[in-house]
Amino acid sequence: MRRAITVRVVGPLQWIIYPALCAIAVTILLAIPFRLFGLNLPEPVLPMVLAFAWPLIRPSMLAPAVLFGLGLFLDLFWGGPLGLWPLSLMAVYGGVLLASNFMAGQATIVLFALYVASTGMAFFLAYMITTLSLGNAPSILAVMGQVVPTLLLFPLADWLIQRFDDADVRFR
Amino acid sequence: MAFRDGPFENLKVPLAWTAAVVVIVGIVGAVMLLLGDSRGQSTPEGYGPARAGFEAGAAPVGGALSAPVRWTGNAVDYVKGYFFAVSENRRLRQQVVELSAWRDDALALKNLNGRYEQMLGVKTEPPVPMVTGLAITDARGPFARSRLLNIGAAKGVRVGNPVLSEHGLVGRIMGASSGHSRMLLLTDVASRTPVLVERTDARAMLTGDGSGSPRMDYVRGAGSIQEGDRILTSGDGGGFPRGLPIGIAAKGVDGSWRVKLFSDRSAIDYVRVLLFQDFSQLADQNALNAPPLASLAAAPPPTPAQAAVIQDVATRRAAAAAATAERVRAANAAPPPAPVATPVAATTAPASTTTRPAAARPTTPQPRPAASRPIAPAPVQPAATPEAEPTPAGAAE
Repeated sequence: MRRAITVRVVGPLQWIIYPALCAIAVTILLAIPFRLFGLNLPEPVLPMVLAFAWPLIRPSMLAPAVLFGLGLFLDLFWGGPLGLWPLSLMAVYGGVLLASNFMAGQATIVLFALYVASTGMAFFLAYMITTLSLGNAPSILAVMGQVVPTLLLFPLADWLIQRFDDADVRFR
Repeated sequence: MAFRDGPFENLKVPLAWTAAVVVIVGIVGAVMLLLGDSRGQSTPEGYGPARAGFEAGAAPVGGALSAPVRWTGNAVDYVKGYFFAVSENRRLRQQVVELSAWRDDALALKNLNGRYEQMLGVKTEPPVPMVTGLAITDARGPFARSRLLNIGAAKGVRVGNPVLSEHGLVGRIMGASSGHSRMLLLTDVASRTPVLVERTDARAMLTGDGSGSPRMDYVRGAGSIQEGDRILTSGDGGGFPRGLPIGIAAKGVDGSWRVKLFSDRSAIDYVRVLLFQDFSQLADQNALNAPPLASLAAAPPPTPAQAAVIQDVATRRAAAAAATAERVRAANAAPPPAPVATPVAATTAPASTTTRPAAARPTTPQPRPAASRPIAPAPVQPAATPEAEPTPAGAAE
């Protein structure tokens, strides 16, 4: 007797929508004005994980559109200039998409190095935009205060890639 | 002819290309948004309906999430107050003793200041109304430092209103919708605040850079600032009232002057929004536009009786002026006085001063009743009677 095989379909809902909603939820949670022993909660750029992982999982038209929406959410929620984070996140997505053929299947340490480079590029872009638009450069220490928590999110990006990358050559 | 039957039937575009097209469109859209954004201008037009609508939706969520944190903090304070009541009571008693002398000084100074203002005709600023609100969400990044408040235009909050915590100035309102408003912190990279050094009255511009301690730019005057100086708002430009406390001056690691904010002493949760717009708000617009000033050009001609009085006064003034001119002319025509000996001149010097009433005033100011009240009265014999409490002369017990 043949046993029924359960086929689990991994669609955009699983690897795009749910992670995006999680990023929004955690961003809202970390924005609580909570202070303990003089320290505030960290404020990482959570969508950076998705901007790095999504093009490595597979190319999609929906992913950059959702990423654009996530960037807009960050700008509106944090009260920053509109377009700052959409541009930075799209730049990361585009850069990783261009290099995805070379980055696929690399070791984790290599992926981490690429994640550091992508995050650095996004923050450099945001830094330059802010400096040019306001005529005042943000403090490097303050920038590092957001870069470091964002880099610490790399295990999430690696998990996403391991979980959803099916290495289908049709997407290459 | 259906599309699949056409020449594009076998056309297959790689998925990566379509994704790249979306990325390019997104980048163009983001650049357009950036060019059209006017966040740093702090105008009502710069706070579009998109932001207002978004925050109307985000504020309840943030409020619901921050409520447990607030409750927990209140509970911890309650427990600490219960267990440390005795030591707290002892500390407060000591504080009351120390502040009593300051209260007496403040009362005396307030009275003296009021008399000076009355004598000099100084137009003081009236008290500015304020509303209290609660910070719901907090953005702490290097590119945006702001907070969402649960009060908005419905309570009179407008763009540009200063915001204070219990310790000092926190920021200003950068956008207000009906029920919520967004406060730009002093530490935001777009924040500029004209300030002064309390000790020297030197002016500077407090510039946020995303760090916890904003930088002081354009400090005017050499040696006008030193470590520990209190920094206040200067009121220049009319954006803020003068004298709001901001923080303490300190040298940064990069060598620039920075300000340790008073508002960093505790969490910024409850804040007060000063409903202050600019200096024109402080003037009574109705008084300025009152008929005596507004209708000067259209004043009615004087009556014959008034004209006669005016003519009489003018004639008297002209006669008095002519007599004075005649006396001056006669004095100039008279021969100069003969030189006299020095001792005689010394003895006649007081007599000459009698002809010049202005010079007869003593050069050293005499204590006046108001000025005789000591600002910081000292005990008569501090060493002999150390237990004696200094009491201002004007303070009634």
